Amino acid sequence: MLTRLQRDRTMEETPRAPTGARVDHLVVAQMVEPRSRVLDVGCGDGELLKLLEARGVDGRGIELSREGVNECVAKGLAVIQGDADTDLANYPDDAFDYVILSQTLQATLRPRAVLEHMLRIGSHAVVSFPNFGHWRIRLALLFGGQMPTTANLPETWYDTPNIHFCTIKDFRHLCEVAGAKMEKAVALNAWGSPLRLNAPWWFWNLMGEQAVFLLSRNR
Amino acid sequence: MAETQLKDDRDIRLREAEHPQSLVVRFGAEKPLKLDAGVELAPFQIAYQTYGTLNAERSNAVLICHALTGDQHVANIHPVTGKPGWWETMVGPGKPIDTERYFVICPNVVGGCMGTTGPASINPATGAVFGLEFPVITIRDMVRAQAMLLDHLGIEMLFSVAGGSMGGMQVLQWAASYPERVFSALPIAAATRHSAQNIAFHEVGRQAVMADPDWRGGRYFAEGTNPRRGLAVARMGAHITYLSDAALHRKFGRKFQDRENPTFSFDADFQVESYLRYQGITFVERFDANSYLYLTRAMDYFDLAGDYGGVAANAFKGTPTRFCVISFTSDWLFPTPESRAIVHALNAGAARVSFAEIETDKGHDAFLLEEPELFAIVRGFLESAGRARGIPPGRT
Repeated sequence: MLTRLQRDRTMEETPRAPTGARVDHLVVAQMVEPRSRVLDVGCGDGELLKLLEARGVDGRGIELSREGVNECVAKGLAVIQGDADTDLANYPDDAFDYVILSQTLQATLRPRAVLEHMLRIGSHAVVSFPNFGHWRIRLALLFGGQMPTTANLPETWYDTPNIHFCTIKDFRHLCEVAGAKMEKAVALNAWGSPLRLNAPWWFWNLMGEQAVFLLSRNR
Repeated sequence: MAETQLKDDRDIRLREAEHPQSLVVRFGAEKPLKLDAGVELAPFQIAYQTYGTLNAERSNAVLICHALTGDQHVANIHPVTGKPGWWETMVGPGKPIDTERYFVICPNVVGGCMGTTGPASINPATGAVFGLEFPVITIRDMVRAQAMLLDHLGIEMLFSVAGGSMGGMQVLQWAASYPERVFSALPIAAATRHSAQNIAFHEVGRQAVMADPDWRGGRYFAEGTNPRRGLAVARMGAHITYLSDAALHRKFGRKFQDRENPTFSFDADFQVESYLRYQGITFVERFDANSYLYLTRAMDYFDLAGDYGGVAANAFKGTPTRFCVISFTSDWLFPTPESRAIVHALNAGAARVSFAEIETDKGHDAFLLEEPELFAIVRGFLESAGRARGIPPGRT
């Protein structure tokens, strides 16, 4: 599985708000109630956790790379070394208010199992991912005839840790089969601005470079 | 000459056991230590060192738990060996466990030989050295005694408990036995139970001590002997388990000691042999053989899950303590999966836990050595816990 740290490092060019925070992080953070309990799965160098803790959230993290974990722990964050695909099973039911999977879903071995665990451990799940249905990617595949690489997804197909790319439409399908209820969704364009709220899904799937979903258990 | 040295060693060891060069608190017959073995130890004493100042709120106390062959001399010159304290890299002014910020307490464990009551102490019932009449003790007994020390010092809650190896076992026992008294916990290179392999190594060490004719059934003080060879062999064997193949190879390889060619004898031809012999010889100068038996036994008996219905997670159910668990990649005595088991037990209770594995070839002993990543992690963890506890930050 990918370490989000590697991904964070490749996303240094990603859109940032004037405060310096990554726009996709701000969108995630806005979906989380203050003072709630949060588990960030694949927490990278801890930037999102820091942002959440500044908002009074009781945050925990899991990260695959030793380098990322040690960096987080040295920052005083409650982060453990672990793998989203194997270690979520060790958490009890309803331990958290939110379980976050930021830019990591596409790198898990079994995205459905990961999502199901997230909704078991937390009453809500927040998932952000790069949309493989973005028009630029569609065009690159259509005319280039090769697996697309973009500024956000720079690795070639044989180097990338992203083994389970999906489109926004694909993710909605996963939510259905995994029994997840969509509470909120935001799609961001290439400049990190949210797309029109009342736009139809096909528009988001075409124009959104990233998407952030707030889900709850549909049971 | 061998005779006089033996006498000096013996005198020093007896003096340190009874009248240590440390602070000492004595508990009388009215305050017995209730042992897991079902007996009471009374009277008894605890020798300890402190560094830094306890703040007015009494909120900045850090308890350091020492390992098997450690003692209370964490950050001062050792009174017997004249060497620096065993954790001076970690504890001191401006160090990760900053004595300008925290009030650091380190007691010698019960069963030890540096001033806390142990097998080298005088048995008040007989007026002679305890030897094997000393009751078998456990990690939980050590922690119970430390809690009595804290009561004596008027410290209700510890800001942190930290320790490696057997010290890490005490840290976990503290968090399990007195969760409300432990704000944060740092078990390093530890485990929730002693593994079969580790018990096996300990047994080899004990048998080496007991096979030495000078051990005399544990009555060597009375008979004027000292099982130096047996204890030295035990130490040599154990010392190998504290290192790693890679570290031994890096330090010594197959290099000869002060010679060009093998001597075709059983001399210490190789540097690694000479090094191990030195480790053995220096150890017996400061350590009591019976104490070694008792402390290794205490580690063998350690099994947190066993004490909590077979489920380690039950030991930490609803714990308010924040944890930072640390392991080392080349530690094969307390390997990373052992630390991971601690983390799983804590996660099952949704505890606030950090876990870092540090890459090093220095083996189990890495926690005592110069490991910048270890220092950064301990510092960061304590600073964050300090903010939550309202302890003013240290100098930057």
